Amino acid sequence: MKLTLKIWRQKNVDAKGAFVRYPVDDVDPEMSMLECLDVLNETLILKGEEPVAFEHDCREGICGSCGFMINGEAHGPEKATTTCQLTMRHFKDGDELTLEPWRAKAFVFVKDLVVNRRAFDHIIEAGGYVSVSTGQAPDGNTILVGKEVADTSMDAAACIGCGACVAACPNASAALFTGAKITHLGTLPQGEPERERRALGMVAQMNAEEFGSCTNIGECSAACPKEIPLEVIANMNRDYVCASFRRRDDLPTPVTPGS
Amino acid sequence: MTLDAKIPSGPIEQAWAKACFDMKLVNPANKRKHSVIVVGSGLAGGSAAASLGELGYNVKCFCFQDSPRRAHSIAAQGGINAAKNYPNDGESVFRLFYDTVKGGDFRAREANIYRLAQNSGAIIDQCVAQGVPFAREYGGSLTNRSFGGAQVSRTFYARGQTGQQLLLGAYQALERQIHAGTVKMIARTEMLDLIVIDGKARGIVARNLITGKLSVHIADAVLLASGGYGNVYYLSTNAKGSNVTANWRAYKRGALFANPCFTQIHPTCIPVSGEYQSKLTLMSESLRNDGRIWVPKKKGDTRSPDQIPEEERDYYLERRYPSFGNLVPRDVASRNAKAMCDAGYGVGKSGLGVYLDFSESIKRLGEKTVRERYGNLFDMYQRITDENPYKVPMRIYPAIHYTMGGLWVDYQLQSTIPGLFVLGEANFSDHGANRLGASALMQGLSDGYFIAPYTVSNYIATNKFEKVDESHDEVKSAVSAVEQKIAKLLSIKGTRTVDSFHRELGKIMWEHCGMARTAEGLKEAIGMIRALREQYWKDVTVPGSGDDLNESLEKAGRVADYFELAELMCIDALDRNESCGGHFREEYQTSEGEAQRDDEHFSYVAAWGYRGDDAAPELNKEPLEFHYVHPSQRSYK
Repeated sequence: MKLTLKIWRQKNVDAKGAFVRYPVDDVDPEMSMLECLDVLNETLILKGEEPVAFEHDCREGICGSCGFMINGEAHGPEKATTTCQLTMRHFKDGDELTLEPWRAKAFVFVKDLVVNRRAFDHIIEAGGYVSVSTGQAPDGNTILVGKEVADTSMDAAACIGCGACVAACPNASAALFTGAKITHLGTLPQGEPERERRALGMVAQMNAEEFGSCTNIGECSAACPKEIPLEVIANMNRDYVCASFRRRDDLPTPVTPGS
Repeated sequence: MTLDAKIPSGPIEQAWAKACFDMKLVNPANKRKHSVIVVGSGLAGGSAAASLGELGYNVKCFCFQDSPRRAHSIAAQGGINAAKNYPNDGESVFRLFYDTVKGGDFRAREANIYRLAQNSGAIIDQCVAQGVPFAREYGGSLTNRSFGGAQVSRTFYARGQTGQQLLLGAYQALERQIHAGTVKMIARTEMLDLIVIDGKARGIVARNLITGKLSVHIADAVLLASGGYGNVYYLSTNAKGSNVTANWRAYKRGALFANPCFTQIHPTCIPVSGEYQSKLTLMSESLRNDGRIWVPKKKGDTRSPDQIPEEERDYYLERRYPSFGNLVPRDVASRNAKAMCDAGYGVGKSGLGVYLDFSESIKRLGEKTVRERYGNLFDMYQRITDENPYKVPMRIYPAIHYTMGGLWVDYQLQSTIPGLFVLGEANFSDHGANRLGASALMQGLSDGYFIAPYTVSNYIATNKFEKVDESHDEVKSAVSAVEQKIAKLLSIKGTRTVDSFHRELGKIMWEHCGMARTAEGLKEAIGMIRALREQYWKDVTVPGSGDDLNESLEKAGRVADYFELAELMCIDALDRNESCGGHFREEYQTSEGEAQRDDEHFSYVAAWGYRGDDAAPELNKEPLEFHYVHPSQRSYK
């Protein structure tokens, strides 16, 4: 089939960007969205033009590298699917697809469809872990975790950190991402001792990175390729409120964004 | 060169404890004065960087992705082995050791494997403590399953995302150290050369992939944990960015490359659908626990699978290997699938596929249980193929998945360049000629959490480090070599893209140095690779410049290294006149078509040394001795 890709082209953060239309013939319905871009890029290179920059690595939906807006939807129209696993059979011959990068103040623009998501790492750095150094662990089975608890934790831990939640949110909030880690660790007995510090640290960092506020719209969860449930945000808010009250004299200082 | 693996003398059970006791320690107050570079942030690199940071060293960790959490360890699905014996089914450190030696077809070091089995339990403990959400029983204890060729249930897992969860554990430990200031993370940066001064590894030259700027990083020790080289085949289950460049630079600086021809083909991948295909998608081989593999008994049978009655199906693995059935090791399963397809029994449009059928398990266990075990894999299969595996059998075909070969290291994980340590898939050490399922995660974490922190400390404690800065001649020459190579690639401005060369190289390798190899085919391949490489340096085109994000340029450098590696792989495969594990030379097989080892002549590690771009590499041999597991012909009948 034949498609037209309308792609955001911008050389760097200081340059002026614009949409450019590229016709792509011979699109195979079995191709992934990224393979379709590969095909376009091969032709651009041979014409002496610069190929479209986009982020990708594992191409099996787990590394979280890929992702851009496709016709206004993060990762495109398919539910629970990353861009790399979105096959072209979901589009029709003659369709025009608009591809543009994640847009959020906290995600600094890099090139074409690539943005910088280091802000996510900073949020994890601010407390998204259990403080246990190598060698300190007791035998695995001394920490019992009920199956339902483990399953709830795993549902949240499945987050791949792609940024679709932020891109889909009208406020560019990172509440789903942050809530997912707070829920993953806070649900488990291993995460309990640091539960309050974690919520305070991560939320403070999320705000410092200039992600927007959550107003419970729910676009994040709908766009999430791993279907992280909206409840994680409620968990985050509960932990944060409790902790802010009980630790009001000991609030953490976030690290400088962008460092 | 004489290769000394530095394996401690005495009983194997005591070897690691003895080695640890013999190691010199660094005074806690002095650790922050020593710097360590870790290249790669996957299970091996991430865990090593975090653990060394916890000890107090000054660590710099590099990854080419935008975040350390993206390393390809994240894609491992099935699980991680450990000799915990929680299920009370006869597991022990010795059994895990025994199975790994045998699974590797007697081409790995006993002492390394024993240590790996000993460390396996502590890895699970560490990961549980970090909050890795492993699968649990209702009572709260950890669940195990049997996996890829094992007759005991020793595999721990987190749904079909075990690699992801273990990597996030290591990543979080790493972020904790970044916060503590012991680790500096340098993302989107690629190592392009190793700096060797007075015979010791002292740093790296790296390129920032966003600005194109080269930078020099000096340290007391360099750890490479940069993964495997499966992408030399173009199509593999590796991430698109996975590459051999860091390892290859080290090889050209004097580290030996061991057993490069030992590559693993994974039996359960989604078949290729067209020319544009950019990678292959693996589905965990845990699927083989409940799926039955078959092809139609009639050649070229185009009926849909549900129209083929039971008696017209050939469950060829169950037929040929009654005791292991569908759970034979990866190499055996892969080779059999290829043999069936080559003989004309393959299914699907291309004829390159066999069925993996769950209908019986769904009948026996119910769809709910099957969904619980494999739901995400089934969903992924359906997303890619548009077929519902709950209703129709999956189609699978083997694909390159893992490389057992890698830089040669001794028992301390140190390469032949002092101060250069190699961890995880990047080294050659523990899997011999074939890796067992769920052992890669175990090895990466064993190396990173529990071995490198000891051995790197010992190296630092026993060496003196002269002050080195960027004005040193070796540093300047390394930087200028990198600059020249980049300039050269940008200046060719030929008529073919990097990918088109890479794809062609991959086809040569898959055809001649893939699942089955012959002396004739390998010789032919060497000629073809040389010719293609020559053409590459005359006719490749790399658009753009070297001073911003330019993926074509990144790929161009990596593919240039793949050409050289590909030739070495073929040389190694040609030199090894036997079949073992994943290395199957058609000339050397039993009358039943099984791999035939030649222990008398080939019970050694082939460690190749670089002697110049146009000179033949030098073969060094490390003899392998087996004192605990007597080499026998593998039999899974």
